[in-house]
Amino acid sequence: MNIMIVGVGGQGTLLASRILGAAAQNIGMDVKLSEVHGMSQRGGSVVTYVRYGEKIASPIIEEGGADLILAFEQLEAYRYISYLKEGGTYIVNTQKTDPMPVICGTAKYPEEILEKIAAKGIDVIACDALALAKEAGNQKATNVALIGVLAKHSTIEKEDWMKALNSTVPPKFLEANLKAFELGYNHE
Amino acid sequence: MKKLMLGNEAIARGAYEAGVRVVSSYPGTPSTEITEFASKYDEMYSEWAPNEKVAVETASGAAIAGGRAVSAMKHVGLNVAADPLFTMSYIGVNAGLVLCVADDPGMHSSQNEQDSRNYALASKIPMMEPADSSECKDFMKKAFELSEKYDTPILMRLTTRVAHSQSLVELEDRVEIPVKPYEKDIPKHVMVPAFAKQKHPKVEARMQALAEEAATADFNKVIMRGTDIGIITAGISYQYTEEALPDASILKLGMVWPLPEKLIRDFASKVKKCYVIEELDPFLEKQIKAMGIEVIGKDILPLEGEYTAAMLKDKILGIAPKEMASADEPVPVRPPVMCPGCSHRGVFYVLSKLGLHVSGDIGCYSLGSAAPLFAMDSIICMGASISAAHGMEKAAGRDFAKKTVAVLGDSTFIHSGITGLIDVVYNKGTSTVIILDNSITGMTGHQQNPSTGFTIKGEPTRQVDLVKLAEAVGVDRVTVVDPFDVEKFEKVVKEEIAADEPSVIIAQRPCALLKKAGYTGTYRINPEKCKNCKICMKLGCPAISITENGPVINETLCVGCGLCPNVCKFGAIEKVN
Ligand SMILES: Cc1ncc(C[n+]2csc(CCOP(=O)(O)OP(=O)(O)O)c2C)c(N)n1
Repeated sequence: MNIMIVGVGGQGTLLASRILGAAAQNIGMDVKLSEVHGMSQRGGSVVTYVRYGEKIASPIIEEGGADLILAFEQLEAYRYISYLKEGGTYIVNTQKTDPMPVICGTAKYPEEILEKIAAKGIDVIACDALALAKEAGNQKATNVALIGVLAKHSTIEKEDWMKALNSTVPPKFLEANLKAFELGYNHE
Repeated sequence: MKKLMLGNEAIARGAYEAGVRVVSSYPGTPSTEITEFASKYDEMYSEWAPNEKVAVETASGAAIAGGRAVSAMKHVGLNVAADPLFTMSYIGVNAGLVLCVADDPGMHSSQNEQDSRNYALASKIPMMEPADSSECKDFMKKAFELSEKYDTPILMRLTTRVAHSQSLVELEDRVEIPVKPYEKDIPKHVMVPAFAKQKHPKVEARMQALAEEAATADFNKVIMRGTDIGIITAGISYQYTEEALPDASILKLGMVWPLPEKLIRDFASKVKKCYVIEELDPFLEKQIKAMGIEVIGKDILPLEGEYTAAMLKDKILGIAPKEMASADEPVPVRPPVMCPGCSHRGVFYVLSKLGLHVSGDIGCYSLGSAAPLFAMDSIICMGASISAAHGMEKAAGRDFAKKTVAVLGDSTFIHSGITGLIDVVYNKGTSTVIILDNSITGMTGHQQNPSTGFTIKGEPTRQVDLVKLAEAVGVDRVTVVDPFDVEKFEKVVKEEIAADEPSVIIAQRPCALLKKAGYTGTYRINPEKCKNCKICMKLGCPAISITENGPVINETLCVGCGLCPNVCKFGAIEKVN
């Protein structure tokens, strides 16, 4: 299983990938995870890869290799279409964050991104995860709300997700995050 | 127990299990987490040193005194530490010494793409290269054994994709190794010409002996499959090879220097076509070709950037990648930016407004070079801002210097900016130096440094007083100012560049991600008062964007730092709650 998490540096994609990695380990799989640290964490485009299965060699997912892409932001979803396998699933947070070229007026934020992705025959699941996180009481839990949506569409049992959450989320934030997870899980 | 671990965490775990006593490092992506994880084990003393040279010397002293020691750095950090490196090769060790160096192919977070394997060759120090987290831990333990057996430091090379990937690691217990007895041994430890001359042949002999051990050691692996294609590879390239060429035979080198000639010759003779797959320089390839063995490498594979499995399939098997669906239009790039609330933003707003030459440096503030501020003219390496500004003045004259400032962060100033400042004072320069004191080493993810007043473990310690330090080296004009008070900051900059002597401006405001920044609430733009002059857009704040009806603040991104109301001439930016 090859899952990519894409977003904007600072959105919490790292924690999301670690929860996913822990869940995959809980079902006894070989797991590899590739993270981004450093420069691009400062508001740049960030990608993390999570791969699990019998035996995994490369930690990287390449073009046409992702079974599922979890996008934390619409423009980032649009950027990585070519990484999705034929028949793969796209989970997209409907949040939009203008990149600097758009802020400076040298580029335009593309319109109707979700429709354009769907028009390619790609299965798109859209979700306003920021709203779910706010409902859960902490807007920083947007990442975990999205993990909830992902969990629903995965073959990993809910129980293994719960174990993963408990082992990766700092206790201080656990309550809001568990709530956000539930809201994501029951989305739609 | 198996644990999912970052390569860097596994390096720290390996050090722990190997009984390491001292870890001294300077941060740098992608190596930083090695030392952060090391500091979580109470059995190992860990510290942030002011720079890599000091770190490697500290670790060297520890090894000479009999305690196993580690220093970790990014590739360019090894340039800074190259001086002790080359001579520690001659001195050797008492207890083991392992120097971890993390290269960054693809330059995710670096200013160049140097290949540190060349240092192993040049300094005559063995180098190991793990391919996943499990090997990170195992190789560390092996490295300490080899270090003590062959009386040499060992280099442990990582690349970003190994350092920052997680995979499963089997945890074992720490083996407590008592501090070895120390003996005063002048010919061994004092590298004056007479003793160094005795040492050099020993270094050559040790490398020879290591090359022989490498021919049978289990860190070098032969995986025989088909005989059509043979691949010689190491590190992360091995993983890409496994993905792309599952039928090929592989010689996977765990030690990339010195090379096991006989093993390589045997392997190459068993396959019809032999390739070397390695990112960056043709390091292995050149050595293997020099042995008179025919291999294919950089003739078909690139010298720059990261490799992928698809690339290998294409270049070696001739299987072109499939065309995938993509976006219908150009997707705007998303470069990194200074965070909302970044303390550096006020500085660059003013420098941009004044149109000064900015001799820049490396840190979060390097982002001041990007749109819309464009307020940095050059970046060379850590600490170079001050010395380069000094050189500019000596070449282009006093009038040029009156339009020039050097800009660098607190950690960078301590790392190697201070020596440049001494140069300016000593050699009668008049540079204006702005130290961006945000109370933390920001770019690498918030490490303490000598100017923050805390150690790696968060314990309070003596804090370098930047004002006194500047005064002590002979700077009479030192001003501390809040960069968010843009009017005052502008005034100070103008005064200091006009002064006919060196000056230091300390722009003091904590990083917005620190608790002590204490920002609460958000701001909004009152459309009734906004005249759409767009001056707030000049700040390059990611939380402010332009719409048809003028600028608006994105409340999810705004941290309430209060800089934008300071530049608005119409009082249109108001605090919300
Ligand atoms: C020789 C060397 N060592 C380490 C690094 C990695 N590095 C880049 S910026 C930086 C520190 C920046 O800290 P500071 O100067 O305090 O500025 P801030 O990022 O906080 O604005 C480090 C350690 C490097 N580029 N070169």
